[in-house]
Amino acid sequence: MAERTYLQAISDGLRQEMRRDKRVFVIGEDVGVYGGAFKVTLGFQEEFGAWRVIDAPLSETAIVGGCTGAALMGMRPVAEMQFADFVSCAWDHLVTVAAKQFYRAGTPVPMVVRLPSGGGFSGGPFHSQNPESSFAHIPGLKCVCPATPEDAKGLLATAIEDPNPVLYFEHKHLYRRLKAEVPEERYTIPFGEARTHRVGEDISVITWGAMVHTADEAAEELAKEDVSVEVVDLRTVMPWDRKAVLASVEKTSKVLVLHEDTRTGGFGAEIAATIAEEAFESLDAPVKRIAAPDSPVPFSPPLEKAFIPQVETVASGLRELAAY
Amino acid sequence: MTIAREADPVAAEAELRNSGLDREDLLTVYRNMLLTRGIEERGHILYKQGKIPGSFYTGRGNEGAAVGIATAMGPDDVGAPLHRDMGVHITRGVEPWRIIANYMGKEDGPARGKDGNVHMADARLGLIAMVSHLPAMLPVAVGAALAFRIREESRVAIGWFGEGSAARGDAHEAMNLAGVRRLPMVFVCDNNQWAYSTPTHLGFATPNIADRARSYGFEGVVVDGTDVLAVYREAKRAIEKARSGGGPTLIECMTLRMEGHAVHDDAFYVPKDMFEEWAKHDPIERFRTWLKDYADLREQEEEEIAADLKKLLNEAIRRAEESPLPDPATVTEGVYAAPEDLDTPHHK
Repeated sequence: MAERTYLQAISDGLRQEMRRDKRVFVIGEDVGVYGGAFKVTLGFQEEFGAWRVIDAPLSETAIVGGCTGAALMGMRPVAEMQFADFVSCAWDHLVTVAAKQFYRAGTPVPMVVRLPSGGGFSGGPFHSQNPESSFAHIPGLKCVCPATPEDAKGLLATAIEDPNPVLYFEHKHLYRRLKAEVPEERYTIPFGEARTHRVGEDISVITWGAMVHTADEAAEELAKEDVSVEVVDLRTVMPWDRKAVLASVEKTSKVLVLHEDTRTGGFGAEIAATIAEEAFESLDAPVKRIAAPDSPVPFSPPLEKAFIPQVETVASGLRELAAY
Repeated sequence: MTIAREADPVAAEAELRNSGLDREDLLTVYRNMLLTRGIEERGHILYKQGKIPGSFYTGRGNEGAAVGIATAMGPDDVGAPLHRDMGVHITRGVEPWRIIANYMGKEDGPARGKDGNVHMADARLGLIAMVSHLPAMLPVAVGAALAFRIREESRVAIGWFGEGSAARGDAHEAMNLAGVRRLPMVFVCDNNQWAYSTPTHLGFATPNIADRARSYGFEGVVVDGTDVLAVYREAKRAIEKARSGGGPTLIECMTLRMEGHAVHDDAFYVPKDMFEEWAKHDPIERFRTWLKDYADLREQEEEEIAADLKKLLNEAIRRAEESPLPDPATVTEGVYAAPEDLDTPHHK
């Protein structure tokens, strides 16, 4: 075990996969000489060469479309979007081509698109989004949202091994803030298996990504008020662990669904609906949702703070549920 | 003024001999063109009989362009042909009955009923199934070329697009990346002059699509797409150039779409004299005349080929009709691939 940041864990995981599998290559803007905008691939080009760590022109369409073609030819491409927001330029290639190719043609597309996502540092409307819900809606795609350094490494290995197109949402705000023990050897973490980040008895919070830590801080506050909160980290939004969510809800009887993406049509709505359909009789309070409001991500610090769910907002939501 | 090179027609038999095509090869090309048209003609009838759901598209007028390019491909080369390129599927060896089965949404079509018409491909024959969002297959083909380059394989990828879809950004990004990296890639533009009802002058402002190639750092060639042998020659040249590290080429095959966009469209917007003029350059008739003049095509041979194809098509339709429709219970099967699905020739 070694203490690694969330960012270092991603970098370690990617390097490990590239060392063990020659089919894995990285393509993206500034990923080579510069080492990526966030330095995830720093030093990779020296180790693996310019044809496995490919500096691409500003062409998200060609990067993701190219990865699809390379994957069809037996490679294991890992594309980096400089920011998750720019994946909109590659929407067609993920949604129209990669997601449907196995269903239509029987040819798997084993590729990973890495998406530095999330806000919290005045990135503004185009460098802060969490677009996982949009892609979780598309049959054929998988969406991964690690919340810890250990998960970041293990889920990346699983993503690269997976025979489907996988969107790997790495939260920028966790990159350097989060540090923890990470196994040095290679390991994988199965998709669709949630992790209980914090065990509790009274209320469940279902969340993923950076909001796991927001939920945990809020739970800490509630603990002082003698309310025991369970935090379930989905780890992967598609596939998502319905069983674990329903089990937690059945145990606590109250549930808060929390995410950093905007509220309407956000993936939390799907989770809330499933709980209503399948665990209605276990509920002692209406399902509560906390998410970003339905607006673009604003730039100025007070506006952004009002946009991203804060510990205090989550804590008051939990208090309301506790009092219900 | 056209910037791209304008390809000459094929002058004579000697030029063909040097290209490596013998008489038997030439007859195979002819047969593939006839079979291409035959499948689409029979498909059209089946559509009118209500045996084909959805819509129906043909590539009438494009048989020479499609067969010409595919004939120049090597066995390990790959391509992503489009809805006017049935000739590519035929030349690569897709069995006609499976094509008809695909039209009909049957279990034995390459798309197994999950997708229709020409949205199909047999991966074992080096083909990638097209999507409707043209020219989305260009970046995909460039990705295949990128894989060949990374692995230093002597293989070439062919990406098809129409002149209409050349207006979309995918075409630019694909050609730019292929040019920057000098990838083993050939871009083929089927310029049939009509993007649904939109004529070329409303689609782009230069004389030819191939003129763009120079701005991406490679050669553009305009070729008469009704001249299968000229198409073959230019494709062979481009493919072998790409194979030997010379980078991409953009070949623009000039044809006329001899029918509507799809079967529902009577193409009223195409001037009648345009159809009349291009009907004189029918690629199959043109090649037949060439074969008579230069390859001693005999009437008896023609009759034999025609009879053989008729039998083949009748058999294809019979087998396709016998093929089962997919089981409704399988609607959600195959959304996600399992690890064992990677056990394909490409992924081993």
